[in-house]
Amino acid sequence: MPAKVKIYALSTCIHCKKAKEYLESNNVEYDCTYVDMLAGEERQQAVDEVKKHNPALSFPTMVVGGKVLVGFNKEELQAALGA
Amino acid sequence: MDAKQLYEKLKPIQEAKGYLFNADMSYTMPLLENLLVNKERYGYMSCPCRLAIGTFEEDRDIVCPCVYRDPDVAEYGACFCALYVNKEWNEGKIEHKTVPERRPAEKVMKAMGLG
Ligand code: SF4
Repeated sequence: MPAKVKIYALSTCIHCKKAKEYLESNNVEYDCTYVDMLAGEERQQAVDEVKKHNPALSFPTMVVGGKVLVGFNKEELQAALGA
Repeated sequence: MDAKQLYEKLKPIQEAKGYLFNADMSYTMPLLENLLVNKERYGYMSCPCRLAIGTFEEDRDIVCPCVYRDPDVAEYGACFCALYVNKEWNEGKIEHKTVPERRPAEKVMKAMGLG
């Protein structure tokens, strides 16, 4: 599964943790932004980006090869990675 | 206080109200730990799965148990974080779906000056 994944997460969020664990156990490379760890302008910018992908502004928001996934759903993520 | 102590403290109070902890401890324990992390960070137990604004007044709706727990457990059998669930959910009688965010995004955007 070569797809590169961008994940917007919170360091305290369980669904983010589960999503990351899933990616790791499948050796999927990902880039994670912990929005709660950012401050000031950086945080604002990240929130804006998340909102563009996911109007509900919830976590995790993942971008998998142009497809946006909201929340951790194993089957959905699996399908997006396989596509 | 650690997560285990928080568990013991909340369990009888919340069970009396009809809310059970998720029987999957790989959810419940990290969530309780992160409620304590947020208590340390913000001074109140803000929802671990949501971006806190950082002031009690603005985060009041997401202080655990959040105001969205009731409608979420009624509709999905679990709260947004899947920390609190009902009996049917724990017994696997309800499909474990991803609970969509009920908190209005506009609230966060406005508080951050992005609205
Ligand atoms: S979603 Fe669940 S864990 Fe999060 S604040 Fe609400 S009741 Fe607490």
